Amino acid sequence: MLSHQNSSGKVVNMFDVLQYSFIQNALLAGTCVAVVAAIAGYFMIVRGLTFAGHALPNIGFAGAAGAVLLGIDPVIGLYVFTIGAAISIGLLGKEANERDTSIGIIMTFALGLGILFLSLYFGYAERVYSILFGQIVGISQADVVISGISSLLTLGIFLLLFRPLLFSSFDPEVAEARGVPIRLLAMIFLILIAITVSLSVQVVGALLVFTLLVGPAATASRIVQRPLWAIVIAILLGVSYTWLGIFFAANSNWPVSFYIATLSFGIYLPVRLLSPLWIGRRARRSAKEIYA
Amino acid sequence: MARETQDPVSEPVITLEHVRIQFGKRTILDDVSLTVNEGEFIVVLGPNGAGKSTLLKLLLGLLKPNAGSIHVLGKPPRRGNNAIGYAPQHRQLEADLALRARDVVGFGLDGNRWGTGMPSARRKAIIDKALLEVDAFAFADAPIGQLSGGEQQRLLIAQALLANPRLLLLDEPLANLDISHEQEIVALVAKVCRTRNVAVMLVAHDINPLLPVVDRVLYIARGHTAIGPTDEVITSSTLSQLYGSPVEVVQALDRVFVVGAET
Repeated sequence: MLSHQNSSGKVVNMFDVLQYSFIQNALLAGTCVAVVAAIAGYFMIVRGLTFAGHALPNIGFAGAAGAVLLGIDPVIGLYVFTIGAAISIGLLGKEANERDTSIGIIMTFALGLGILFLSLYFGYAERVYSILFGQIVGISQADVVISGISSLLTLGIFLLLFRPLLFSSFDPEVAEARGVPIRLLAMIFLILIAITVSLSVQVVGALLVFTLLVGPAATASRIVQRPLWAIVIAILLGVSYTWLGIFFAANSNWPVSFYIATLSFGIYLPVRLLSPLWIGRRARRSAKEIYA
Repeated sequence: MARETQDPVSEPVITLEHVRIQFGKRTILDDVSLTVNEGEFIVVLGPNGAGKSTLLKLLLGLLKPNAGSIHVLGKPPRRGNNAIGYAPQHRQLEADLALRARDVVGFGLDGNRWGTGMPSARRKAIIDKALLEVDAFAFADAPIGQLSGGEQQRLLIAQALLANPRLLLLDEPLANLDISHEQEIVALVAKVCRTRNVAVMLVAHDINPLLPVVDRVLYIARGHTAIGPTDEVITSSTLSQLYGSPVEVVQALDRVFVVGAET
């Protein structure tokens, strides 16, 4: 699908692919999404909401399939279903365990609907498959502008809510006592996640959103302990995965999502295995040195 | 042991008059009246579900009473009151949160403000001072999930102290601590109470570790309360009356044991 080889079947120069406008569009849109997904992922981990990061894209897929059946833009169906599901999850509230069970049941119901919609649709639902597997190289200039603006807005809201959101994620009771509107924040956060998911789906596809959303943030959280630094590193990781993924895909026949997911896993695994070597010990030792 | 009551001229920190709160048909607190003065160390005792945490939530303005009036420093309770420091019942934190001890303490300073905040020398100095006050400076930069229950409890107290409160509400800070850590936290809270002259309401299950420091005991059972010095409240007659069934208080080895009550 994505080979850019000359007539003799050889790539002339790996970096030549960067001249194509569709690759440039992919890089721009991918960067915007990777930045927002990384910051969203950090908060999802702190709030214990990573499962919603898996469920929302699948629910979004059902929305996209429904939209195709009705003959409207699947991206609209994607947003309607993810935001609707986010609000439902917000209303469920309460305990994480109980919430995850409810999210799982909503998700499977949505997937069932999605499969029904697909089976009722006669024709090749290409746009629905692109929702499932990603369509980053098919992104138009207009799509880039839209995802750029949406990403900037989402990023701005995340930065504005930063401290109360972190405070209420860590300790909702004290935050509420200190006057933080925790219920409102929880709802706004879920809607931001729904928007982030819908943006990410267009890059990596519903099945692999988790890699951009939670992968970089989970890895970064094991490298540094300072919240802002963890977010900065998560952004750097997410953007690197996306750029490398697009670059490798452009020079091979394999899909972008595969490369992004593989990079995310390939970096997370050693960090996860080796992080006990530095988490904790370093901080205490350095503190003792201050005392000495 | 118990100190003399505070200067009667100073305004009480807490006043409850005929307070009643019920959840549905269940009455949690019924006709509760009490006064807490500046710098007093009050230990709140009672069986599970008696309304100890509910009382704290009333003071924080998180719940409204069904009847009666509550005043905190002369005003009705409201959320976001910086005069109250609050550390709720503690849960064990996940190990891989990217949050350091000093970040948790920092929430007490500006966690309720919008934006990301800018690091500043002044902010760091305030947080360092709070960490030193609770003897937590040595693990200031350690990830929160790596700390023990006692260490995390110190941080929550430091966080609660950051806004210079006049009233400190601590919900079961001694839960899940071994004896030596229990004593450390009790000594810390007593020091804070005396040096800052802040009133403390500490919810506990066992009075014994707190006997050396407590001014008055507030005992809650079956919706009713008894408040006073330990040796007046933790007695067979007072507790039997409160529980409505025979309760025996036994003193042995400088410790107090309550027999016959489900504590």
